[in-house]
Amino acid sequence: MNRLPAAFAKGRPALVAFVTAGDPTPDATPAILDALVAGGADVIELGMPFTDPMADGPAIQAANVRSLAAGTRTADILEIARGFRARHADVPLVLMGYANPMLRRGPEWFAAAAADAGVDGVICVDVPPEEDDALGPALRAFGIAPIRLATPTTDAARLPQVLDGASGFLYYVSVAGITGLQQAAQASIDAAVSRLKAATALPIAVGFGVRTPEQAAAIGAVADGVVVGSAIVEIVAAHGTDAPSAVLPYIQSLAVALTTARKGMKQ
Amino acid sequence: MNAPNSFRTQPDERGHFGAFGGRYVAETLMPLILDLDSEYRRAKADPAFRAEFDDLLEHYVGRPSPLYHAERLTAALRESAPEGMGAEVWFKRDELNHTGAHKINNCIGQILLAIRMGKTRIIAETGAGQHGVATAAVCARFGLPCVIYMGAKDVERQQPNVFRMKLLGAEVRPVTSGAATLSDAMNEGLRDWVANVHDTFYIIGTAAGPHPYPELVRDFQSVIGREARAQMVARTGRLPDLLVAAIGGGSNAIGLFHPFLDDPEVAMLGVEAAGHGLGGSEHAASLAGGFPGVLHGNKTYLLQDEDGQIAEGHSISAGLDYPGIGPEHAWLRDIGRVEYDSATDAEALDAFQLLCRTEGIIPALEPSHAIAAVTRRARNMPRDARILVNLCGRGDKDIFTVASALGVAI
Repeated sequence: MNRLPAAFAKGRPALVAFVTAGDPTPDATPAILDALVAGGADVIELGMPFTDPMADGPAIQAANVRSLAAGTRTADILEIARGFRARHADVPLVLMGYANPMLRRGPEWFAAAAADAGVDGVICVDVPPEEDDALGPALRAFGIAPIRLATPTTDAARLPQVLDGASGFLYYVSVAGITGLQQAAQASIDAAVSRLKAATALPIAVGFGVRTPEQAAAIGAVADGVVVGSAIVEIVAAHGTDAPSAVLPYIQSLAVALTTARKGMKQ
Repeated sequence: MNAPNSFRTQPDERGHFGAFGGRYVAETLMPLILDLDSEYRRAKADPAFRAEFDDLLEHYVGRPSPLYHAERLTAALRESAPEGMGAEVWFKRDELNHTGAHKINNCIGQILLAIRMGKTRIIAETGAGQHGVATAAVCARFGLPCVIYMGAKDVERQQPNVFRMKLLGAEVRPVTSGAATLSDAMNEGLRDWVANVHDTFYIIGTAAGPHPYPELVRDFQSVIGREARAQMVARTGRLPDLLVAAIGGGSNAIGLFHPFLDDPEVAMLGVEAAGHGLGGSEHAASLAGGFPGVLHGNKTYLLQDEDGQIAEGHSISAGLDYPGIGPEHAWLRDIGRVEYDSATDAEALDAFQLLCRTEGIIPALEPSHAIAAVTRRARNMPRDARILVNLCGRGDKDIFTVASALGVAI
């Protein structure tokens, strides 16, 4: 049973929290994930490190470098997922990363291993709908949601193709750019979310450049979820193995903001 | 496998060359890639586009490049060949192009496309700097601002080309992420593009990347093979028996090979960089030592570990130092139409010097790999056989690297 729908049906916008697996070390990741959950994250995105993270900004690039330098292997990431699932039976877990590490042993191998580890969804940055055959069918066969991305460049003509075969939630990348650098104007987010909502019943989670509780609340007033990544990764970078105690209050501040956001949200 | 009716009809409309190629890019770039594809179809069908391309190739680049019979090199190779053996060696002289390599052919085509699309800013990646110099030149020629991403390590080892790019008005941005070489420069180019989608055109330098780049780079570079085919027939009365070209991403090779693919009597050999040897990890031979995977927008053979992490390529030639290869080569290898071999740093250095002394031509280190393979093949082919090698770049940029490798202080 996929855990994603329930996470978006809590009567308030979901907090989707991203960290890079294995940063600073594979052993350090479980406690960071636990802090995300304790702080109020509703969905965990576990980043799979890659040598060539071409859609990521400096913060997540550096996290990938730290993780790979610490020796993180695909097997470690799956083990982190499995451990997370054992400790948190109901919190949805999404793997996010690039095609090559996911496809290296074949899409079926990856989908089966991820499903076995308790993963609910996969975001593959460089598999657009046009190349869905490469990964999508395998994920669906194992009950894993292929989560699609929509961006400011995804126009109305193209949107149906993005939505065809999408499940879990729709990730709206609010800026045309790389992770963590700019933030979008709230007005453009409002317009985009209402356009997306008119086209799909899937929950819409908005990310890229979200850092402050105020931003999260403003986005949460219109969207079904708010994705925070680089800001968390920067805390991990600054605190290393002591990151959990630093991550916790930050996540709490975002979660509180989203609870408040519910009041203004049209149900 | 049954041979297809033609080897020249790839890719399909989704950009797939058999199991390779495709459009593996982030969603933000996907609409741009689709726009580029439709604009390229329109340009291809527009006689005015072709006329402007041809005119610039003739009067700005200096085409057609000569076809040259390398008689002294042929004689030198025959000295150690068995009786009756030792094929004739001929060169397609693309090193005589403006800016010193084949790269400019593609840059002319792409900047004309950029202008058609109303783009006002050009970006590119470069390894050895040849593609960067060619891009900077066409940007100066058309008055467009130009940003070149170059690995910090390559900036250091290719200082003359960095200065050339700056003279031509380009901004060179050193890339320090990863191994700080060509692959990282390409990542940074893609990051720039995704953040500047509305005004920026990315001139990719090799026959790789997301569809339609492998196809359009091939088409623009195919002028090499079209000219060479006509020149060989005019000069010798028949087609060559073997084509040889060096392969990094593979743009000069596919440009030479493609017009000959449906000539069954013409064999073809692509030569990868074997660096310190294929036995170790310090080489850049993606076909010989890699596995299929996805990088920089396309599926192809990649140097990678068992988890799909990309390995650092190594070659004495910065232009061959790339962990992937164009998807059409991956397909041509798998269906057996083209043979692929490799040459080490040491073999390329020997070939470099051999060509300097026998023909008075200083080749770039990239085609020196092709010449190294020719020295092995020519001896075992009959004297009346003809080998056509793409001399895709000149070696002025490499003299410091070669001096250092030979232990000479200059």
